[in-house]
Amino acid sequence: MSTAIESLVNREYQYGFVTEVEADTIPRGLNEDVVRAIAAKKDEPEWMVEWRLKAYRRWLTMTEPHWPNVTYGPIDYQDMIYYSAPKSVKPLASLDEVDPELLRTYEKLGISLTEQKFLAGVAVDAIFDSVSVGTTFKEELGKQGIIFCSFGEAIQSHPDLVQKYLGTVVPHSDNFFAALNAAVFSDGSFCYVPKGVKCPMELSTYFRINAADTGQFERTLIVAEEGSSVSYLEGCTAPKRSGNQLHAAVVELVALDNASIKYSTVQNWYAGDAEGVGGIYNFVTKRGKCVGVNSKISWTQVETGSAITWKYPSVILQGDNSTGEFYSVAVVNNRQQADTGTKMIHIGKNTKSTIISKGISAGRGNNSYRGQVKVMPRATGARNYTQCDSMLIGNECGAHTFPYIEVQNDSAMVEHEASTSKIGEDQIFYCKQRGLNAEHAISIIVSGFCKEVFQNLPMEFAVEAQQLLGISLEGSVG
Amino acid sequence: MTQPETAVDHYVGMFESLDHAEAGGAGELRRRAMDRFAGLGFPTMKNEDWHYTSVAPIATRSFNRTGSPTSLSAGELDQYLFDSPDWTRLVFVDGWLAPELSSVHDHPGVQISDLSSMLREGGKVPQLGTIADHETVAFTALNTALMQDGAVITVAGNVEVAQPIHLVFLSAHPVPQAASFPRNLVVLEKGARATVIESYVGLRDESYLTVSVTEIALGEGARLEHIKVQNESAGAFHVATIQARQERDSDLHSFSYASGAELSRTNVNTLLDGSGSSCTMNGMYMVSGSQHVDHQTSIEHAQPNTTSREIYKGILDGHSHGVFNGKVYVRPEAQKTDGKQSNNNLLLSDHARVDTKPQLEIFADDVKCTHGATVGRLDEVALFYMKSRGLDAEQARTLLIYAFAADVLEEITVKPVKDALEAAVFARVRGGKLEMASD
Repeated sequence: MSTAIESLVNREYQYGFVTEVEADTIPRGLNEDVVRAIAAKKDEPEWMVEWRLKAYRRWLTMTEPHWPNVTYGPIDYQDMIYYSAPKSVKPLASLDEVDPELLRTYEKLGISLTEQKFLAGVAVDAIFDSVSVGTTFKEELGKQGIIFCSFGEAIQSHPDLVQKYLGTVVPHSDNFFAALNAAVFSDGSFCYVPKGVKCPMELSTYFRINAADTGQFERTLIVAEEGSSVSYLEGCTAPKRSGNQLHAAVVELVALDNASIKYSTVQNWYAGDAEGVGGIYNFVTKRGKCVGVNSKISWTQVETGSAITWKYPSVILQGDNSTGEFYSVAVVNNRQQADTGTKMIHIGKNTKSTIISKGISAGRGNNSYRGQVKVMPRATGARNYTQCDSMLIGNECGAHTFPYIEVQNDSAMVEHEASTSKIGEDQIFYCKQRGLNAEHAISIIVSGFCKEVFQNLPMEFAVEAQQLLGISLEGSVG
Repeated sequence: MTQPETAVDHYVGMFESLDHAEAGGAGELRRRAMDRFAGLGFPTMKNEDWHYTSVAPIATRSFNRTGSPTSLSAGELDQYLFDSPDWTRLVFVDGWLAPELSSVHDHPGVQISDLSSMLREGGKVPQLGTIADHETVAFTALNTALMQDGAVITVAGNVEVAQPIHLVFLSAHPVPQAASFPRNLVVLEKGARATVIESYVGLRDESYLTVSVTEIALGEGARLEHIKVQNESAGAFHVATIQARQERDSDLHSFSYASGAELSRTNVNTLLDGSGSSCTMNGMYMVSGSQHVDHQTSIEHAQPNTTSREIYKGILDGHSHGVFNGKVYVRPEAQKTDGKQSNNNLLLSDHARVDTKPQLEIFADDVKCTHGATVGRLDEVALFYMKSRGLDAEQARTLLIYAFAADVLEEITVKPVKDALEAAVFARVRGGKLEMASD
């Protein structure tokens, strides 16, 4: 069965092309002037500049953490470009003004900003390198009072909302990479759903790193007011380059009383080649806070790309009866490394959390699930169910599970289950007997393994995720 | 978490004052271990293996070894013998062998001696210090440097020792802030079978420290049943390490029971270093008041076709704090590994706290490994059911707590020990709550 799959696996990373656009970049390196320069490029008000500088000064006092189960060479923070923007980008009135080259890029990626309008009915904000290149469906969303725009625009148009919520979930001092992001973040998406509004369509952001030697630091903030709900999708790709690029994003979600936020990610940054050269370091801080009663935050992620993935989308369950969910599929192949999982912090009464994590390791990849379930003393009636399963393909990969369960209330019910196994020979045999070839057999076994997570993805992503999974595992069976 | 230099210096000083005769045949080993301890210092909570357990109460006090065993009458010993006074037993008081309380039956192919006298004669003890890790583990280094006495048990090939060998470590220190450093070595040669029971008991309420290490070497096809019963008194600090190395087709059955001590930490580690080897690691902890109990287990699957089974259960009441960290490693060559691990915790009070971390690290693909952990309180539905059958609330709770514990105690194959521990659970669960540990 190995040869068929091998040829499949060695298929090129199909999003690895580079777009030739003139870029407006600032010089390499990081200091207070660079932070000010980024703020100046974006014409930011004084409070924002101060916040960035506060974060930068804090970052200087911090050291890069090395506790995750991943290894990589030192990162030179002075040899990186912190801002790169396609030159043609000006405040755009409509999509028609977007550089056609950029639109073609997104079309190549299957994210046609213009077509989306008619077909999918998904509002898209596309981030190209450091800046947002176009947001679709703005008007229609505006009718309902929903604000969906780039972060830069939000700072200009809705400073009160940004000031009220920025840093309330992930403070500027939260961790090394979050502090770096707070200092130099270039753009990102901002979404505000007013009281009682159910967002009528899926909101989506597509991130694309194009320029070389740049770091991408975007920041996303989603606020769901009382009784509102929103579903948000995020996709990412980058060109193939032999150097490593840092992606240190921050995502903050705020759910007030009875609000619900669903956040889905399909992460397919360039993973490096088979020998581990190049690829994105994906060091991301994602956290949601269920501030209000009966609120709900749900994370779904499909992680197939990046040389190193290191992120723990978390939920702080502060409001009584609030719910947190985490569904994850993480795939590593070749020399990819992933240390990912979640934190569920139960503070309010009768809070519930569910964690379903599926890790697939192939080639020489290493996949770790690291999760924390913490029940604080006053979290009466807290309930958690965790299931994390790992599948190993080949004998040079690794799967690791590090669950931390900390319970300080006797009425809590916390359950954790984990299993590790390989694809059963008998399962493959059975499929072959039914006329499927080995490759197809593996593909359906793997998608069965991941089913619980995929069924939580919005329709548009579920298909993409399935395909991605197939590609990531190509050639891994031998 | 800085720690006073003085605590480490104190033990270095104690080491320097050991007399030459006592250091005996292990002089070099002790010296090396002391250097390592001085380098490592006491672990802090920044150390991942000590994340939930602070050893500050140990590191901020200066404990001293007692020079000679406190003399005790045989009657004081009776209650700790599992009603089996005829077993071969070595009794150590304050860390030293008490020959008048011990009795060793001759058994062909079985050598049982005490470590102190073996070393005093300048003799070497083969394998001593080769299994437990004194290079990176501070307490093992401390024990190795200052080890006093303990049992050295060797069972020759294909010899089966039917009766359990009972090692009793009594702390009766005449002064507060005393310490003992028991050290045991159990070697089962090819095809040998034996049962070894270690009991740790405290007779006084003052604070004292026990740091013990037991090394176990199992030859091809050997089988050891190892039971550790920790019933230290309320003021005790207890840090124990059991480290095994297993050859082909050997089998280790380990049980760790912990109900005493103010702070206790037990490490049970094994290296499945031969194809077909297997281990069963079970344990139970039962704490209340302000007790802190910590278990760390490590099972390293190093060869193909190895099997491990692990169940740890905890009952926690009052303001007690339970910690469990179970590691299962599967090395790349350990194909066909089969591992199962579970940790279940029962909380009986609002203030009890549990931190559990079952951990799998797997580098081979053809494996079946699962782990699970639960934390919760008594099932309301089960309580209701029992009440509907005419039991009162207290009886129902008591019965359910007992059933929770019995589940794992059942696994103990030495009946007198199983009966005694079951009785101990019953005695401590009164009115549906855990009584304080009685000494």
